[in-house]
Amino acid sequence: MGQAGPRTLFDKVWESHLVVAATADAPAVLYVDLHLVHEVTSPQAFALLRERGLRVRRPDRTVATMDHSTPTAPRRPGVPIQIPDAQAAAQVKALEANCRDFGIPLHALGSDGQGIVHVIGPELGLTHPGMTIVCGDSHTSTHGAFGALAFGIGTSEVGHVLATQCLLQSRPRTLAVEMDGRLPRGVTAKDLILALIARLGIGGANGHVIEYRGTAIRALSMEERMTVCNMSIEAGARAGMVAPDDTTFEWVAGRPHAPKGTAWDAAVRSWRALPSDDGAAFDGTVRLDASALEPMITYGTNPGMGMPIRGTVPDPAGNATLQRALTYMGLQPGQKLLGRPIDVVFIGSCTNSRLSDLRQAATIFAGRKVAPGVRVLVVPGSQQVKRQAEAEGLDRIFRDAGADWRESGCSLCIAMNGDRLEAGQYAVSTSNRNFEGRQGAGGRTFLASPLTAAAAAVTGRIADAREVLG
Amino acid sequence: MERITRFISPTVVWTADDVDTDQVIPARFLKGTSRSGWGEHLFADRRYDAEGRPRPEFPLNRPEAKGARVLVAGRNFGCGSSREHAVWALQGFGFQAVVALSFADIFRGNALKNGLLPVVVDEQVHSRLVSAPGSNVTVDLEAQKITLADRTEATFPIDPFARYCLLNGIDELQFLLGQEEAVADYERRTGSLSGGSTS
Repeated sequence: MGQAGPRTLFDKVWESHLVVAATADAPAVLYVDLHLVHEVTSPQAFALLRERGLRVRRPDRTVATMDHSTPTAPRRPGVPIQIPDAQAAAQVKALEANCRDFGIPLHALGSDGQGIVHVIGPELGLTHPGMTIVCGDSHTSTHGAFGALAFGIGTSEVGHVLATQCLLQSRPRTLAVEMDGRLPRGVTAKDLILALIARLGIGGANGHVIEYRGTAIRALSMEERMTVCNMSIEAGARAGMVAPDDTTFEWVAGRPHAPKGTAWDAAVRSWRALPSDDGAAFDGTVRLDASALEPMITYGTNPGMGMPIRGTVPDPAGNATLQRALTYMGLQPGQKLLGRPIDVVFIGSCTNSRLSDLRQAATIFAGRKVAPGVRVLVVPGSQQVKRQAEAEGLDRIFRDAGADWRESGCSLCIAMNGDRLEAGQYAVSTSNRNFEGRQGAGGRTFLASPLTAAAAAVTGRIADAREVLG
Repeated sequence: MERITRFISPTVVWTADDVDTDQVIPARFLKGTSRSGWGEHLFADRRYDAEGRPRPEFPLNRPEAKGARVLVAGRNFGCGSSREHAVWALQGFGFQAVVALSFADIFRGNALKNGLLPVVVDEQVHSRLVSAPGSNVTVDLEAQKITLADRTEATFPIDPFARYCLLNGIDELQFLLGQEEAVADYERRTGSLSGGSTS
């Protein structure tokens, strides 16, 4: 640690945030630059602060929003937002009270800045390269797209950060994921990450921070990089990172919380020093040829159970976990998924609810209709994404096709807010988890890209978007 | 934080691999704002049928599961979300330790912070535990040792700092609050005092 040799991006961010280095007796004390808070994993942490008479140490490094249990039903101007579920309403009220009492800025339900916590952080310019960012949510890895070290924490740790702005952390190992080559037409960032997770398996990167590298990553937009980093946790990784470059700086520049003027110039100078040095050592390396990829889809009950969309369901061959997954999904080994009827399509979540995701989906919905009997929810990631999409007329395209255009939130990704599958229903979903019951008890999820989801919506079946587009 | 040193308990065995936190406690139950009351929802979709009746074949519903404090699980237990409610639900049922082939990172951290011991054993010890559900095991945190009913002994790794905290009834927040001087110094040194402006 701290040696003069070549260092990785992770090493640099880690070392610059050490308040106290690890000793034989205690893990490192790591400083947190930005703490994002939402309604589900924070109330018990605030209660702990109250019990002990503690304050929030840095409310100016803390920001809250409401996303998980909030309704996404379309609203009428001037009509107060109703939360039909009393428990969800109480949770939202608790966050309001906690933010008021502890002085934390809140992008409340109904405000212009509300949205999924991992969508609003970057769009407000709160997420910067080189930061440490945490949130009581495992998809905090999203912010790694900017070259931040960003990871999910539990509620006890939410309390630690509120009270001390620090965490006790053991140094994770590093994994280089080298993705070279050009993504073929119709193959997206979502397919790239689903292919990697299928390769690593759901626990394949446990204990590691991934750095995504290579020409395929460099070619991605910031929103695509966020999609990739978002799902790092689905391979078990604590975080995923992409070295910042001009694409990053252009995206951050001018956002409300981005540095301005000379502070901006100084920031960019320091950010340019973040990428891994030549010759920096990683604990492991995995390579993936992006040019050989096809659109991906999951067939099972964890994100590691994925395959190319034209593939066939594998034979469990005595693997009890896989057998159980196929039984739950109602699938047989050797079966193709292509052409299989579906009931629901969900386009949204912190993985795929940004403007570019919606634009992509709209290329398929334009001039087409949702297949009879299929329910389609399009849920923008934030109020800002919603406004931008509406300014471009994307909402009209979705509505004209017969899809539901909703308010921003986590919605059907986690099914806490009333948006959910019925038992037995099949959904093609742009979200991040296909765990049993994730989208509603008994619901069955196929994870895929916005293009694949939109293709399923208009055909009523699992379809290859490349064929639908022609 | 209560001190933990050593306890003896019969096991409940449910060895599915890759049990995610949505299985441990489905998201629809996460709307509570307190730390208690989560045990009844533990493994809800496995434990109860669609009408909410206990499935008799599920290990936690067997009479001998009552009072068991050790769950024997499979590989990569607790993967998925960061919800600490998964740990609270296991503890709410009465578990004080989960013995598994491996754990997901966030779950392991959450467990240690609440005094639920994540005990990793090798395949040999694991298969002995699996073949004797309900048998007594002794979990000794001080010695980092698990002893099976057939007197098989195995040591288990555990983060030394977490072990120290659990043995002495110290919680990490207390420790971190004690670092205030170093934190303030870090903020001065790095210019972090003025860096924040989230409002």
